[in-house]
Amino acid sequence: MKNIFKITYLIIFLLAGISQINAEEKVDLLKTDWSFKGLFGKFDRGSLQRGYQVYTEVCAGCHSMKYVSYRNLSEPGGPEFSEEQAKAIAANFEVTDGPNSDGEMFIRPAKLSDKFVKPFENVKAAQAANGGAYPPDMSVLAKARSGGVDYIYSLLLGYEDAPSGVTLDDGVYYNKYMYGNKIKMSQPLMDDAVEYSDGTKATEEQMAKDVTTFLMWAAEPHLESRHKMGFKAILYLILLTILVYFSMKKIWSRIESEV
Amino acid sequence: MSDHEYVPKSKFGKWFNDRLPLLTLASHLADYPTPKNLNYWWTFGGILTFCLITQIVTGLTLAMHYIAHADLAFESVEHIMRDVNYGWLIRYIHSNGASMFFLAVYIHIFRSLFYGSYKSPREIIWIIGIIIYLLMMAAAFMGYVLPWGQMSFWGATVITNLFSAIPLVGVGIVEWLWGGYSVDNPTLTRFFTLHYLIPFLILGLVVLHIWALHIPGNNNPVGIDVKKPSKDTVPFHPYIVIKDAFALLMFMIIFAFFVFYSPNILGHADNYIEANPMVTPAHIVPEWYLLPFYAILRSVPDKLMGVIAMLSAILILAALPWLDTSKIRSAVFRPLYKQFYWILVVDVLILGYVGAMPAEGLYLLIARVATAYYFIHFLIILPVLGSKEKTIPLPLSITEPVLGGAPMASAVKKKESLN
Repeated sequence: MKNIFKITYLIIFLLAGISQINAEEKVDLLKTDWSFKGLFGKFDRGSLQRGYQVYTEVCAGCHSMKYVSYRNLSEPGGPEFSEEQAKAIAANFEVTDGPNSDGEMFIRPAKLSDKFVKPFENVKAAQAANGGAYPPDMSVLAKARSGGVDYIYSLLLGYEDAPSGVTLDDGVYYNKYMYGNKIKMSQPLMDDAVEYSDGTKATEEQMAKDVTTFLMWAAEPHLESRHKMGFKAILYLILLTILVYFSMKKIWSRIESEV
Repeated sequence: MSDHEYVPKSKFGKWFNDRLPLLTLASHLADYPTPKNLNYWWTFGGILTFCLITQIVTGLTLAMHYIAHADLAFESVEHIMRDVNYGWLIRYIHSNGASMFFLAVYIHIFRSLFYGSYKSPREIIWIIGIIIYLLMMAAAFMGYVLPWGQMSFWGATVITNLFSAIPLVGVGIVEWLWGGYSVDNPTLTRFFTLHYLIPFLILGLVVLHIWALHIPGNNNPVGIDVKKPSKDTVPFHPYIVIKDAFALLMFMIIFAFFVFYSPNILGHADNYIEANPMVTPAHIVPEWYLLPFYAILRSVPDKLMGVIAMLSAILILAALPWLDTSKIRSAVFRPLYKQFYWILVVDVLILGYVGAMPAEGLYLLIARVATAYYFIHFLIILPVLGSKEKTIPLPLSITEPVLGGAPMASAVKKKESLN
């Protein structure tokens, strides 16, 4: 039994070291309570719905979300809008479909099965409209930055006046958390940039938290079922391990030896 | 192979077994005499078999949904993560499974180093193991390219470019590997093909690895030959099977924590950005399990020499049975070797650490010292140690320690208290 502990310690030590290495780039990011962290972490439904509102009213003007579909908005584990609400949301957007039987392309309102409509036709068009910088697609953004949600949350709140000695070109802004501190996105969130229908006060921090929660869901739409299944799987494995341990003791007791 | 001839009980069984002795093989595997003093470091062989099968099964499932095309690969992975039923589970098992596989293989290799399992008569087992390890690295590297993220693309560019260091034909070889003038769609499709092939080569080699093991039988913590079958051994089933199962379950709990609660912690965030040949990431780092070799590569100023050093660092292991001149297998009876062994472990961990850091300043210096020590360990310390070291007397058998002797083997001590 002593050996088992030794092995376990060693493994945990090694893995802790590995994750340390991968986390080395982290600076002191702003922290907030994320409801989706931890063994039983779940998304806050209200926060997801508000986050969608911030995304669609503030971010979606420049940032696409090309891997997420309107139907996802009403799926379990997400913002859980009703199907009618999701249909109504989709109907606000227009997509080009076709060709029809006359061989013509036509424009129709978006349906649940459509992916989120992109603000720009292509990367070049997006760059042309944004001073040469491409606003990254937001589908997996929460997983594509070291520091993850903490980084995005910090970045959204990290706009400051440039310290003396730092000169900024036109259309470049100073952000404490951006790599190199220079960012081409102007400060996206100001107090009351959106009006929440559930009465929540739309402070800068509140919006940053909501939209980041929404981005985490967009990047990991199955996070809740993953946490739920993980708990059951690990509990099952632990019980089975205990049973196997006693079976092993019993079997090895037939011969005079120590396991 | 078995000492006693197996005769099936049923008539059909006998008829079948006379034509294809599968039942004899099964009976050999179940009865296989195993030293009874094996500790938990010996359970990693079974764990590795589990890892290989898990990777093959999840990999086959992923291949049904993945599209090996430069324009579609990233999207198809997102499709797996979002729309395929339990696709996220299968992919996270596969991607974390690679890390778990390497974790287990490093423990397995370092167990061999500690207990001298590579020594006569087990050289062939060891060399097959090194070939498996090389193939594992190739498979893991190519697998990492398939999601076609930024690290995939730039990792592939850096590693394939190593071949350009070969004089005269280097550039030609690199273009041949790429199937073009840069890493692009032809590179992706061939990497996918090879990534699909290699696990089955590994599977074949694993069969040979186990076959070769079953000729001399397992080494053991005391490192002396065991008469088999005897009271020093137990049949593989049920004794070793149940013990392996217990260790495997412990391993699976750790595995599950990664899959369900931090599935991306061992990967790099940049790989969730689609590959872009026009934008180079700030730091290009390989997966953690390749970091020590990456550190060796970068610690040599000359590119060609760096590549040679990196390859030698792995291939030198194949020569280990002849570099280690000591006749004593287990480090338990080699007080000096035991210390050098732990220094080597620390050395490799340091190499892994500096491999993840930028190759400059103090990090580079540490990497150079650690690289030098790595080779000194194998090329100088081990050969010299064999003749100079004063070893502790070996017990006569794993159950009966020498009279009056006080071997340090904990296994032996335990026996004494029991007898």
